[in-house]
Amino acid sequence: MALLEIRNLHVNVEGAEILKGLDLTIEPGKVHAIMGPNGGGKSTLAKALVGDDAYEITQGEVLFNGQDLLEMDPEERAREGVFLGFQYPVEIPGVSNTYFLKAAVNAIRKHHGQDEIDAMEFLELVRERARRVKLDEGLLQRPVNEGFSGGEKKRNEIFHMSVLEPSLGILDETDSGLDIDALRTVSEGVNAMRADDRSFLVITHYQRLLDYIVPDVVHVLMDGRIVKTGGKELAHELERQGYEGFEDNAA
Amino acid sequence: MSASTETIERFTEKGYEAGFVTNIEEDRVEPGLNEDVIRFISAKKNEPEWLLEWRLEAYRNWLNMPEPDWQYVHYDPIDFQSISYYAAPKRDEDRPQSLDDIDPEIRETYNKLGIPLHEQEMLAGVAVDAVFDSVSVATSYKDRLAEQGIVFCSMSEAVQEHPELVRKYLGTVIPQNDNYFAALNSAVFTDGSFVYIPKGVRCPMELSTYFRINAANTGQFERTLIIAEDSSYVSYLEGCTAPMRDENQLHAAVVELVALDNAEIKYSTVQNWYPGDAQGKGGIYNFVTKRGLAAGDNSKISWTQVETGSAITWKYPSVVMRGDNSVGEFYSVAVTRLRQQADTGTKMIHLGKNTRSTIVSKGISAQEGQQVYRGLVRIAPTAENARNYSQCDSMLMGSECGAHTFPYLDVNNTTAQLEHEATTSKIGEDQILYCLSRGIAEEDAVSLIVNGFCKEVFRELPMEFAVEAQKLLEITLEDSVG
Repeated sequence: MALLEIRNLHVNVEGAEILKGLDLTIEPGKVHAIMGPNGGGKSTLAKALVGDDAYEITQGEVLFNGQDLLEMDPEERAREGVFLGFQYPVEIPGVSNTYFLKAAVNAIRKHHGQDEIDAMEFLELVRERARRVKLDEGLLQRPVNEGFSGGEKKRNEIFHMSVLEPSLGILDETDSGLDIDALRTVSEGVNAMRADDRSFLVITHYQRLLDYIVPDVVHVLMDGRIVKTGGKELAHELERQGYEGFEDNAA
Repeated sequence: MSASTETIERFTEKGYEAGFVTNIEEDRVEPGLNEDVIRFISAKKNEPEWLLEWRLEAYRNWLNMPEPDWQYVHYDPIDFQSISYYAAPKRDEDRPQSLDDIDPEIRETYNKLGIPLHEQEMLAGVAVDAVFDSVSVATSYKDRLAEQGIVFCSMSEAVQEHPELVRKYLGTVIPQNDNYFAALNSAVFTDGSFVYIPKGVRCPMELSTYFRINAANTGQFERTLIIAEDSSYVSYLEGCTAPMRDENQLHAAVVELVALDNAEIKYSTVQNWYPGDAQGKGGIYNFVTKRGLAAGDNSKISWTQVETGSAITWKYPSVVMRGDNSVGEFYSVAVTRLRQQADTGTKMIHLGKNTRSTIVSKGISAQEGQQVYRGLVRIAPTAENARNYSQCDSMLMGSECGAHTFPYLDVNNTTAQLEHEATTSKIGEDQILYCLSRGIAEEDAVSLIVNGFCKEVFRELPMEFAVEAQKLLEITLEDSVG
């Protein structure tokens, strides 16, 4: 069974149709990349999948592990294993990063009928995962994203993902604003999480990220639809040619 | 309507959980205010002649004072003649000697509020001076405190047993004619708390009073006086909640603090009076004057307040820093929801050299709540090297509420250094989505965000009180984001 199956998805934002019948299937253990020009609907897809209510689903269906994802509340989707690494992570003043993550971990555990995590065990877990993505340990006690640099915020998203261990990690332009060293670390963090029972949907503008996180499948998203699907070499092709020439397919 | 808007509305529509009424036979005067009523109150309390004269003087002043109208709140004119100015539980003479003697019905009231006295006494080691209606009905731990020379009793008792202290300090921080409501209080105050900490004594426990307004149409005029002698320390907690009533209830308290050389007073309040219903009906009018005099060198006065109740709040806990190197602090969280209105803030008056003040104000407005921060920082010509730091943050939940900030500065010494920071934020749908996307439920997300916003104030509260305050905020805002 596919991990994620999207059929004929139509999404409106403020009355305008952005996704116009998108189909996408992701098998367990696979890394899919979505590329495409601005305004094509990449971030809309990410937001619609996590259940942002500013994104109105007008048609289509989404199955996650065979369950109707669109019927679930956003927090339920997260507890079932969907994770979004935000393009613009928000700040939550006064709430420590660790405290926040602990609330998230325990909400997920409760959903699966597990007891709350032991405090010491949790502390060890976050320290280990912070090291893995080279997140400065000082940022663990700081308020969530407050005063973090752009790179630190993105790294923090990957850190959250590595603590929460979702079965689907959606990364929305995680590479934007990262220098090459940060890009490498973030990618290593993602690669370390690759597993047979975990998939990724990597949204990016640039082929560069895909040198580090090597995808199994690459899609081109334009004007609300997937217009082309191929292997990792498709990313290189796009890098050379740009998106022109795909437009005909999209029409 | 978005999911979070719904959550906010669900939270804010929650009924007032502390709304219930206790029946106790009362000993009260007919509504109305005149010199005879004041004489009645004074006689009832067996007061010395000078105090009666003091009250009458305040009353005569009050008659000639205009009711203030500069504050940013709206309410129908108060009919001061329709208020009854005295109500006391019966058997004034044989007041209970220990908690066991307290009327079971009163204890039940406290139990409903989740603050059983005996548990507090045993678990928290808190001495409780409970003001029920206008007369204190319970005072505990008195003996233990007395061993160190600490006086913690009702104001009525202090007038009988420590008249010299009361006479020396009453009205010295807030004069009788300071303002309209303080003058009214001076004329008709019925009871309150009195604390005296002798020289060099560090009060071994948090002193606490639970106020509760219970008689319909009875104005409450509490008068509290705390004196900290040289090099002493005291932390005082004030927590309040009132039963649900339809009539507006006027509350005009006066709290005076005096800290002498090297003394420190920490005064913390959690206020949860009935805010009125969603149409703005009912609710307490809370017109309070609170002021501390950091009289001695190196003295410190700190106000911390968490205000979630009352229909109308008019309150500016202030510090006059007269001693050199003295310190004034004001930490506040105020919540206005439903149709609550609050005009609140502080005054920091720097007179001595090297005086320092800190203001941290956090305002949360939800539904149709309106809130004003009004703060004054005055640096007198004598206040060499004075410092002030002010931070005023407002959080809005929904689009019908409002937040306004009026900071006033009056600087008369060029060596002063002042910093002011202000922010207004809307509790973001994006912040909530971020929490949801990590698996955190919406209600937990709101409480997480709000508690984070208020953290700098909560950490100033004594431990148990901080927990209580967080819980109160959670209950209050359980359904208020948008």
